[in-house]
Amino acid sequence: MDDNCSVGIVKTQSITFARPPEEMLLECGRSFGPITLAFETYGELSPAKDNAILILHALSGDAHAAGFNHPQERQPGWWDIMIGPGKAFDTRKYFVICSNVIGGCKGSTGPSSIDPQTGRPYALNFPMVTIHDMVGAQRVLIDHLGIDQLLSVVGGSMGGMQALQWVVSYPERVRLAIPIATTSKLSSQGIAFNEVGRQAIQSDPHWKEGDYYGKSVPRRGLAIARMIGHITYLSEKSMHQKFGRKLQDKTAYGYDFRTDFEVESYLRYKGDHFVHRFDANSYLYISKAMDYFDLAQPHGRLEQAFAKVKAKFLVISFSSDWLFPSYQSKEIVSACRRVGAQAIYTEIQTDYGHDAFLLESEQLTSLISNFLTHGKGAS
Amino acid sequence: MGSLGEEVRLDDGATVVRLLPEHRVIMDLIAEGSRVLDLGCGEGDLLLALKVMKKVRPEGIELSEECIQACVAKGLFNVQHGDLDEGLANYPDKSIDDVILTNTIQVLHRPLLLIREMARVGKRCIVSFPNFAHWPIRWQLFRHGRMPKTGKLPHEWYETLNIHLTTIFDFRQFCRKAGLHILQEIPLRTPGPGRRSEVHFFPNLRADSAIFVLEAGPEMIANPYPSH
Repeated sequence: MDDNCSVGIVKTQSITFARPPEEMLLECGRSFGPITLAFETYGELSPAKDNAILILHALSGDAHAAGFNHPQERQPGWWDIMIGPGKAFDTRKYFVICSNVIGGCKGSTGPSSIDPQTGRPYALNFPMVTIHDMVGAQRVLIDHLGIDQLLSVVGGSMGGMQALQWVVSYPERVRLAIPIATTSKLSSQGIAFNEVGRQAIQSDPHWKEGDYYGKSVPRRGLAIARMIGHITYLSEKSMHQKFGRKLQDKTAYGYDFRTDFEVESYLRYKGDHFVHRFDANSYLYISKAMDYFDLAQPHGRLEQAFAKVKAKFLVISFSSDWLFPSYQSKEIVSACRRVGAQAIYTEIQTDYGHDAFLLESEQLTSLISNFLTHGKGAS
Repeated sequence: MGSLGEEVRLDDGATVVRLLPEHRVIMDLIAEGSRVLDLGCGEGDLLLALKVMKKVRPEGIELSEECIQACVAKGLFNVQHGDLDEGLANYPDKSIDDVILTNTIQVLHRPLLLIREMARVGKRCIVSFPNFAHWPIRWQLFRHGRMPKTGKLPHEWYETLNIHLTTIFDFRQFCRKAGLHILQEIPLRTPGPGRRSEVHFFPNLRADSAIFVLEAGPEMIANPYPSH
């Protein structure tokens, strides 16, 4: 761990709000509360409170975006390459907030949380939440931190959906938006992959209509859902380069159904590992929130959704991302053009597929740091 | 595509940009505060110069990822990574005051498509191109029987990107075919960095490049999508 460019030891914090009877009205029509939202912050809020950047995470992410939660932690937060002194989100200049989502299982209220009315986990009694609801909850967090206007909202994949929802829901409160490898509506293909993942979980005999807390969890189902996800996050080329047809710990085919190929071993490892850190019901709820996401839907057309937007956009896609292909980012930029909103668009050439936004990239770093620097100064 | 131009310190005293000689002429054509779209904007030098000097709202489209990076580093907020051969579908009709295409039409696969798109999107179009009828080019072909190479067209025939070279005469005809009305023709001699003069006599022979200012003609307005 390099002390010079790490934010060091950070503590995940949380706020609780929407306590009955002041519940939050969700998009599905249900009022819900209390809601706890986990978050972390890095750097210092300026006296003018004009240097706050809200980072939003993808499906399986959490509030722990940078640094280490304790000195023994082996891996830093999920976007540590981008957040810290001298990095793209330079914590010497910016106050960086990473917020978790409602519906999750990493410190925020979700299906695995205890329902205060029954004293048992909500499980499937948890209401269906949407990206709009996630952002509504984050708005309470930003109020709580005393910030009127965010310098920027940033996110990749589902985090990008939240960033887009932020500028549409709260146009006065965002100056710069950086949606990365994302879309204004999940494609049919994206919904299809999510559905296969959910079916894997729901057909696991341990799932028991979601009522598995305190018993054995639907490990196989969740692991398979994660394996499918991982395939969609990589490109064919990066998979080929990483694994090829290399065999795992053997020199000849086994002619059985144990692991032969490295790629099988990798996916099994990723799946098994995921089970230890994620709740199957949260996976169902959050993947469904992504499916429901369609920014244009309440407005008719996407440009109408953007009609009141004040923010400047930096839209980034990756050439080998087939889950959120570049044309979907271009649609966002087109809508900006049509309403006269300012938008930079670039497609970064890479073989790493959808996951590229999580990887170290000079292009991504310089685009973001330049955009923030100039955007901060511009009126 | 030819030389990178000369370094110019703008009147604000702080901004340094690299401009081609035709960029200086184009800058004089642009009205204060207009909305400008530069197609193939490169590293954004012309846009930045127009932003500083003419307070325009600068927008650009550029094929190269590195150039987009450079534009963002210059603080340009409306540059878009894209291929001009795909047209300008993002842009509503007449949403731009001046659509600029400098020294780029000759590399396009579908120049007719783009010029019509420019006239749809822009109130005016400003196009500059190297004049292939310039006498040294004619001379190289006539005297030596070799593929011409000049300062503006320095590449060997087998590695040039210039697939649709044209002359001033041919460009006029092209504009008529595309249904565009020519507002102004500026044939130029640009012998070196910072040096340029307008050519009044025998421009198709004596000008090494030309700038055309165009707008959609009545024919194009009547029939915006011909079948060819």
